[in-house]
Amino acid sequence: MSLGSLEWGRVSPAGGKALRFGGLVIDMPLLVLLLATASVGFVVLYSALGANTGLFLRQGVRFAFGMAAFFVFSQVPPRYLRIWTPWAFFLGVALLIAVAIEGEIAKGGQRWLDLGVITFQPSELLKLAAPMMVAWFMHDRPLPPTFLQVVTMTLIVMVPAAMIAEQPDLGTAMLVIAAGGLAILLAGISVRVILASTLLAAGAVPVLWHYMRDYQRARVFMFLNPESDPLGAGYNTIQAKIAIGSGGLFGKGFMNGTQAHLEFLPERSTDFIFAVMGEEFGLLGLLLLLVLYLALVGRGLWIASQAQDTFTRLLAGTLSLTFFFYVFVNAGMVSGILPIVGVPLPLVSAGGTSMVTLLAGFGMLAAIGGHRKLLAP
Amino acid sequence: MPLRTTRLKDHWQEQQLFLTRVIAAAVIIVLLSGLLVARLVVLQVVEYERFSELSQGNRFRLEPLPPTRGLVYDRNGVVIADNLPSWELVAIAEEVGNLDATLKQLEALGLVDPSEHKSLRDLMRSHRGFERVKLSNLTEEQAATFAVRRHRFPGVDIQEALSRHYPFGEASAHAIGYVGSISLQDLERIDRSDYASTSHIGKTGIERSYENALHGHVGYRHQVVNAQGRVLFDPSVQNQADEAEIAGMPKAKQPVPGNNIVLSIDMRLQLAAQAALGEVRGAVVAIDPRNGDVLALVSTPAFDPNRFAEGMSRQDYVALNTDPDRPLFNRALAGTYPPGSTVKPFIALAALEHETIAPEKEMYCPGEYHLPGQTHKYREGRGGVHGNTNLHEAIVRSCDVYFYQLAIDVGINDLSAALKRFGLGATTGLDINGEQSGVIPSVEWKRKQFQRREDQIWFPGDTINAGVGQGYVLVTPLQLASAGAGMAARGKRFTPRLLIGTEDGVTREMTWAEPVPRPTVVGPTDEEWTFVHDAMVGVTADPRGTAHTPMKGTEYKVAGKTGTSQVFTVGQDEKYREADVEERLRDNGLFVAFAPAEDPRIALAVVVENGGGGARAAAPVARKVFDAYFKAEGYVAREP
Repeated sequence: MSLGSLEWGRVSPAGGKALRFGGLVIDMPLLVLLLATASVGFVVLYSALGANTGLFLRQGVRFAFGMAAFFVFSQVPPRYLRIWTPWAFFLGVALLIAVAIEGEIAKGGQRWLDLGVITFQPSELLKLAAPMMVAWFMHDRPLPPTFLQVVTMTLIVMVPAAMIAEQPDLGTAMLVIAAGGLAILLAGISVRVILASTLLAAGAVPVLWHYMRDYQRARVFMFLNPESDPLGAGYNTIQAKIAIGSGGLFGKGFMNGTQAHLEFLPERSTDFIFAVMGEEFGLLGLLLLLVLYLALVGRGLWIASQAQDTFTRLLAGTLSLTFFFYVFVNAGMVSGILPIVGVPLPLVSAGGTSMVTLLAGFGMLAAIGGHRKLLAP
Repeated sequence: MPLRTTRLKDHWQEQQLFLTRVIAAAVIIVLLSGLLVARLVVLQVVEYERFSELSQGNRFRLEPLPPTRGLVYDRNGVVIADNLPSWELVAIAEEVGNLDATLKQLEALGLVDPSEHKSLRDLMRSHRGFERVKLSNLTEEQAATFAVRRHRFPGVDIQEALSRHYPFGEASAHAIGYVGSISLQDLERIDRSDYASTSHIGKTGIERSYENALHGHVGYRHQVVNAQGRVLFDPSVQNQADEAEIAGMPKAKQPVPGNNIVLSIDMRLQLAAQAALGEVRGAVVAIDPRNGDVLALVSTPAFDPNRFAEGMSRQDYVALNTDPDRPLFNRALAGTYPPGSTVKPFIALAALEHETIAPEKEMYCPGEYHLPGQTHKYREGRGGVHGNTNLHEAIVRSCDVYFYQLAIDVGINDLSAALKRFGLGATTGLDINGEQSGVIPSVEWKRKQFQRREDQIWFPGDTINAGVGQGYVLVTPLQLASAGAGMAARGKRFTPRLLIGTEDGVTREMTWAEPVPRPTVVGPTDEEWTFVHDAMVGVTADPRGTAHTPMKGTEYKVAGKTGTSQVFTVGQDEKYREADVEERLRDNGLFVAFAPAEDPRIALAVVVENGGGGARAAAPVARKVFDAYFKAEGYVAREP
């Protein structure tokens, strides 16, 4: 760690509404917004689960775990986060390798590491660790990054992403790439580089296409045009659109969604819960949810803009933007403007180890907001 | 020299840069949110009426219907693979509460194999929530056990299905292959919507190669659902549902059954070959030299393919997979063996063609061979001294010393070409997976094969070994049978094939496949072919012939050649004594033959691992297969 001769001192948090209670860091705006969003989520989920209290309580337990992670991470001074980052990253990569080897032995796709009590997906850890590693890499280097540094950061993101895609778990791989990519963008690579790499990627498409097998091409077609698989993804999209559209302005009312309750809507408690919300609570319900999400993103970006070193800035900015990315990809997919990818709606969809990762990320945001430092005079 | 500038962190500038990025991101977020809201307004305000109507009338659900898998027949119409009714335990993930607990309870009732717990859980998770996943096969008793407890297992149900059945069990295992539950890897290579309600897929053999033809296409029907989401089984409503136009839903249609396929296999021959091999490790391949039809393809020990179709426990599979006799290994296609003396007729043909030797020229066989100026002994295979020997006798009595010299005279390049032109040392292109190519060595091959310089040199000794099908030479039983067929047909060759016909699953229309020719072996004259055929007939007909005893008294005339290949090298001054050698190190016995010699209709290759000599171990197997073939044909020897 080379911070030169500059001394960083800790002062009580200023600005924002981050407060400390008896030495505890609690970011009130984040806490209130998270609880509000989750409450909306629980109402919708209760309906989507068909009032199955067992499953509903399980989600409650998951949320409790997530909130515990939120509070714990809130207390960690970002300095420690930075120090732990490489360890977390390389641990994550090592676990990915372990999973791949176990999968190789079991002769099947493998994503979980069975730790006896719980199963754990290392790819979930990488969703946080990959962008953190990018921020760590840039933290004592001058911004904007040089070309070589951009290449290094790309490798930091793409190596674990490729391993996750191999599992095969394209959805999570895409999320890791998105998080890492956002971190690199925030690090300030020039607009020219962004344009050039976009063009390069576009140029690579026909080449890739040439080398793809027929069944892979068929999958791409299905990805672009889900209605070509009417029994699968296409059916989901169609049913989701009917659900949302028939909700109208005010919705059919709590527990009254016919699409959801007659089981026309698949994955209604997980990936397609946005459609249940739209059917039962209408456009107004969806707008309320969107406003809550945007407020969370806004609070995160505010914390990022107030952060005072490269690591915390990049981390806070990336966490906030990634959160928005999740929301947009899920809502976009359910409402039919994006292709179907298995991304849950954050804080609302049932299940997933992702709840804990997500709230741990918000804990880091709170910590960055609450442990702000000023340059010592 | 240009001045080197060191870049320093400029904190103020960096903060400005970051702020710019954050503001840009915020703008993009606002734009994307606007897009999303606009989309929602279109759906929920502008098109509200339409979607509202759709949701009112939307009381239909789509249920996929599995197609019936095509049957597999042998060339005489005997069914080798069919479908029998069975009971399956199925689960729908999103209706099952606690997946782990449910599986545990089912395991406690003995309905699901506990060792499959993890893989079943993973399989359930990898399916879409509303798809049915098969947990296990049930016996009638188990089905009853479950039926009375059904209320305790929401989302779990019994499904009547057709399951694959192989009436011949082991005897057809290596030719037909088997189907098994669709695995995660299989999902990668299939069109998932077509398999929406299919539980099994071809894993090996014919079942895999012709998966597309056998499977057929999924159908679906619309189900009428009441307010609680229960399916109503009212036939009149059902028809109404099937006819209804439902927005976005595909129309109801019957599944398209898979095609039936007809194989070149003759089950009578297949069974005879299986029985003839008995307990030994070995393989038999029989081919019709006139068109490449594979009449029998047997590898022993085999396994019961029904166990794969029914599903077996992990332990059972591991036991099968680690059995030292390797029952899952298809020796007929993938076993590579030194062909031993079975290559002699092919080399003799090339020697005649190139006029390397005059057929009547005699050579003295003292029982061992030395290269000029070397002391290394090349032993006569089974000891023995053949004395003065010409080419005909050298084949009939299988004289190694004669062929040691002949190999040197022909030279390795022509020798390896002589074998390769009959398809030895390369995959034959049979229409099932898993063939190995084997090796026909050459100077070039050895240079590429080895890393160390001194290992890359081709020695005259290598040529000598190749001349009796030893050393680096490795072929599969299938290649040997195919080469035998090429020899029988005087150079006319075909790609061996199993599929000869396809019957459309719907129209019942038969399509017969044309034989696929391979490049003909040109060069040898008619007299040269006849000379070699006569020598091969001598092997079985001449009292001195190596296969005379096992072929005694046949109605038909057999042309053949025995082969014995070493698994174990005997020391320079020792004699090979079978009793001293451990069973696994004993020689492999081989036999390649065709009959009737004057008008060949069947060519075959037999390999018996560690069986001792080809005459003793392999030729009797061939005799039983030939007998079965000609008895089935009602063959009567032609008057001379």
